[in-house]
Formats: sequence, structure tokens, C-alpha cells
Amino acid sequence: MASKTEALKALVEQVFGDKLVSTKLALDELTIVCQSADLVQVATTLRDHPDLSFEQCIDAAGIDYSTYQDTVWEGPRFAVVYHLLSIKHNHRIRVRAFAPDDGFPVLPSLEAVWNGINWFEREAFDLFGIVFEGHSDLRRLLTDYGFVGHPFRKDFPLSGYVEMRYDPVEARVIYQPVTIEPREITPRIIREENYGG
Amino acid sequence: MAEIRNYTLNFGPQHPAAHGVLRLVLELDGEVIQRADPHIGLLHRGTEKLAENKTFIQSLPYMDRLDYVSMMCNEHAYCLAIEKLLQLEVPERAQYIRVMFSEITRILNHLLWIGAHALDIGAMTMFLYAFREREDLMDCYEAVSGARMHAAYFRPGGVYRDLPDSMPQYKVSKIKNAKELARLNENRSGTMLDFIEDFTNRFPKCVDEYETLLTDNRIWKQRTVGIGVVSPERALQLGFTGAMLRGSGIAWDLRKKQPYDVYDRMEFDVPVGVTGDCYDRYLVRVEEMRQSNRIIKQCVDWLRKNPGPVITDNHKVAPPSRESMKSNMEELIHHFKLFTEGMHVPEGEAYAAVEHPKGEFGIYLVSDGANKPYRLKIRAPGYAHLAALDEMAKGHMIADVVAIIGTQDVVFGEIDR
Repeated sequence: MASKTEALKALVEQVFGDKLVSTKLALDELTIVCQSADLVQVATTLRDHPDLSFEQCIDAAGIDYSTYQDTVWEGPRFAVVYHLLSIKHNHRIRVRAFAPDDGFPVLPSLEAVWNGINWFEREAFDLFGIVFEGHSDLRRLLTDYGFVGHPFRKDFPLSGYVEMRYDPVEARVIYQPVTIEPREITPRIIREENYGG
Repeated sequence: MAEIRNYTLNFGPQHPAAHGVLRLVLELDGEVIQRADPHIGLLHRGTEKLAENKTFIQSLPYMDRLDYVSMMCNEHAYCLAIEKLLQLEVPERAQYIRVMFSEITRILNHLLWIGAHALDIGAMTMFLYAFREREDLMDCYEAVSGARMHAAYFRPGGVYRDLPDSMPQYKVSKIKNAKELARLNENRSGTMLDFIEDFTNRFPKCVDEYETLLTDNRIWKQRTVGIGVVSPERALQLGFTGAMLRGSGIAWDLRKKQPYDVYDRMEFDVPVGVTGDCYDRYLVRVEEMRQSNRIIKQCVDWLRKNPGPVITDNHKVAPPSRESMKSNMEELIHHFKLFTEGMHVPEGEAYAAVEHPKGEFGIYLVSDGANKPYRLKIRAPGYAHLAALDEMAKGHMIADVVAIIGTQDVVFGEIDR
């Protein structure tokens, strides 16, 4: 007998047909990838279709794929990954949508589909610079007031660009370029297959 | 007639009822909230980015510092995500220990919540009562991991070490005479499991005490009944999980519905609220403490009878024992590689969620096969709850905001990450 996730995969493929760029089932988790233009429609169907009924959007995470596997990444750089949960049917699905333009990544906002996604989209905007079209209140959320840049992009250094300190001469808090050198204690390594047996 | 104006009020970030570093900008019409705009991020440390620059083991202690009142539950989700990608089997005893400590953590969290929530809305004594019991559980944390809070006890593949055979004892001091000392050390004379069992026998009485103070308390009811009502439909739309969702009448608990570790063997009930107000969420959480106590009892019984390994013997993930490392060349190499380079997690992505005391705590892990995660996304339950503060607080009086913050059980370690 096919597992529950396999049944879900068949159902999703049947409902969406060629709207999906790809579907993948790994580790008992179903991932679908869809075009950014279809995202709102796909999301609405996922919520409203009686056999899918994903009432909850648990999470929305931005990803910057530019240095994936330490090689040149082919294709769009920014993606948003949505994790949906159906309380009714007790299943989960992962939806990934790539933002077509790397220079100005834009995706449609799903705030109207799941209201709770509001802050998750604000966070992705803040940390990755992904703009959500139709979002009601797209302000920075986690970073400092007046912060410049999008810190979770892979080209943003871990130590950042500015630091804050109290200046006794001016008697106020000032910003200055960072004085610490970024250092890597354990290098990042990808081993070839079957390395070391 | 005097001119009536709307006021904008700044609440926090240094306010005793803000539960940390919440800054709220409140728009008021008289004393009625028109809009509540939470400004968060004052505790933003970039945990997810830091994790991308650290090996899998090195990021584990960061998980403690997310929700710093339910440390081990955060670690639990992180370990489950790594184990899912590695497709690693965890020894049964380790799973029981994890479940037991997850439930101890749940009680720890709910005790802090009930103390702080009650203190916020005017019941001073609760705080002292709750912290009395918290101290015993903190001692369990310390006995097992060496740290009272940031334990780093759960590891990918199991737990760091087995439960100790003895509990630390109180020592003679100026303020403790021999009689007092004997009383304090009475339940600490046996093993750690004896200590925990003694706690589980005492604890239901303590919960009764809390309920005596609050459940039928007129002032407590005035402050919580009908405050911050969330309908089940809205709760789903807003992404509520955990006690916030159950308070609105939806029987959803990951421990029952998508069980992880050995929760499927545990017997417990899931309490559900009716009206979805602060009072119902209070009742749900109090009942959860009793249910956690039941689970701990079952774990203690099982752990007594079943000794065994507590961490996987796959030495590419977990270190070999000290002794074999010193006597066996291959183990020495494993040890060296594990602590210099770290483990490699196969390419792929996984999402692991646990029923955290506050709701669904999830770790979304993307690995490209390196010794560090490519992307780690932490799904914090409090984040979604706090986002709904505006909707919950609208139309309430300014004093009720404090009750709503309390009932959401926000902790800024996890919200700001």
C-alpha cells in the first residue's frame, strides 16, 4: 500500500497538473516547486481543496541558493519555502517558489491566503531582501532601525559592516565600521561520495 | 467640551510585563487599544546565520539560547532534524530519556509562565510557588548535564550521557543546621530517577495549590475571562499552535498526531479549551502540567527496568567512549575527525517539528552535504503568536494587553532568534 505521503503526491499532481515545476518525495516529506506567477492560485487551491485543506501556513523561510554546494548556482538565486500543515487530514507539504529576478527578487504575498504569514514575509524581506507584492505592511522586523543591507544573504559577511559603541566625546552612541576580522575556525568542506569508506 | 485625541503610547522595551525586550507602540483611544504594533528584534543574534558558519555540533548549544525557558525542547527539534536527514536510529533508552526531559522542560516552562503571567496581572504569590518547584527540576537539569539552564544534553543520535546514579546533596553551611540538612537531602539520597519519581508524586499536590490560588479567584477571572478571545478559524488562519490553538478548541497536539521518539507509547490526554480566551488557555496549560507529570512517571518506570546505550554507536555522528578512544586507533581517528571537522549530513532538506511547550517548534534544515548546514530556519511558535497581538488586543483596555502578552507566553530568545 502506498504511504500517505505518496497518496498526497499523486493527489497534488492530479490537482495541479502542469502548474508544478517539480514534485519530490524524500524522507517522507513532499516538496513541490511552482512558478511565482502561479503561487497565489496554487496556495489558494491548497487551502480550499477539500482533500488538501492546508489550513495553516506553519512557516515561510527565505533561502539564498547562490553558494549551494560551493559551486556556481544555475537558476534563480532566491527562493521562499512555505511549510503548510493540514489539521483536518494531518499532513504536511513544502512549497518552494523561486523569485525570477536576482537583482530585485519579487514574489506575490500570500497574506490574503494565510493571515499568519504576515511576519514571516516581513522577516524574509528584512533578512533576504525578497519583496512581497501585495503585502500590507512590508517593513523591516528583526534588524535595527535604519539597518542597511540584508544580513542573511550569502554575500553578507557574518560580522556585518557596522558596529555600535558609546562615544564618550560625543556623549552618544555611534556607529562605526566593524573592527573585528572575520575568522573561520572550522572550514566548510563537502566530501566526495564514500569518503573514508 | 474638551478636545479628544488619540494617544500613541510606547510600551517597553524595558517594562516588567514585557517578558524581555518587547517594544510595543500602542495607539489608544482613551484607554482602549486601537492598534498594537510590536517592534521586535532587540534580541536578534542571527542564530540561523551563525549556524551556517558552524558545524552541526557547534550550533547545538545555540538552540538552548532560543527559548531560554524550555531549553531541551529546542535541542530536541534540532536533533530530530539532523537525525531525519541522516536517517539515524536512536537507541530506545535515549528516546525515553528525551521524552522524559522534554516533559520536565514543559513543566519548567509552564511554571515560569504561570508565575510570570500571574505576577503581571496581580497575583504575587504564584511566582514564589512556581519557582519553588522549578528549583527541583533545575536540579535535574544540573545533575544530568552540569548546567542548570543551557544544558546541551540532547545530541544528534541520542543524549550526551546516561542518567547519574546519585543526586548532588546539600552541604553544611552557616544557614543550614543538621536537621534542616537531613530534611533537604531526604529525597536526594537515591538515584536521579528516585528523585524524579519523588517529584512526580509531590507535583500534583502543588498544581492543586496553584489552582486553589487562581482557578476560582475572582480577580484572576476578572482579568482573564473574555480577554483575548480567538475563534478556532482565526487561530488557524493566524498560524497558532500549541496551547494557543488548543485553548480555542482545536484538539491538535503533535505528540499525539505526529508522534516522534516514543510519544506513541505514552498515555496522556490532550486538554482543549472552549471559548479561546485567556482563562481557557490558563486551564489548558495547567492541565498540561498534570499530563506531563503522567508522562514523566511512565518514563521513569520504563527507564528503571531497561538499561542500555543512550547514544548511537555510529561514530561518524557521536563520539566514541573515552576508553575506546584511548585504546583503539580507529576510534581515535573518529574522535579526531568528529571534533575537528564535524559530521557530514547528506544533501537534502528536512523539517522536524516538536510539540514545544509554546506550540510547534520546527527546524527546517537544508544541507548540501557539507559539515555545516546550508540553511537553518527556526520556526518559533511565539513568533506567530506575537504577530497576532494586534488582532487580539484590538478593542481591549490597556491593562488587558499585559494579560494577552502573558497568555501568549512569549520569550524573546526564540522570537528574535
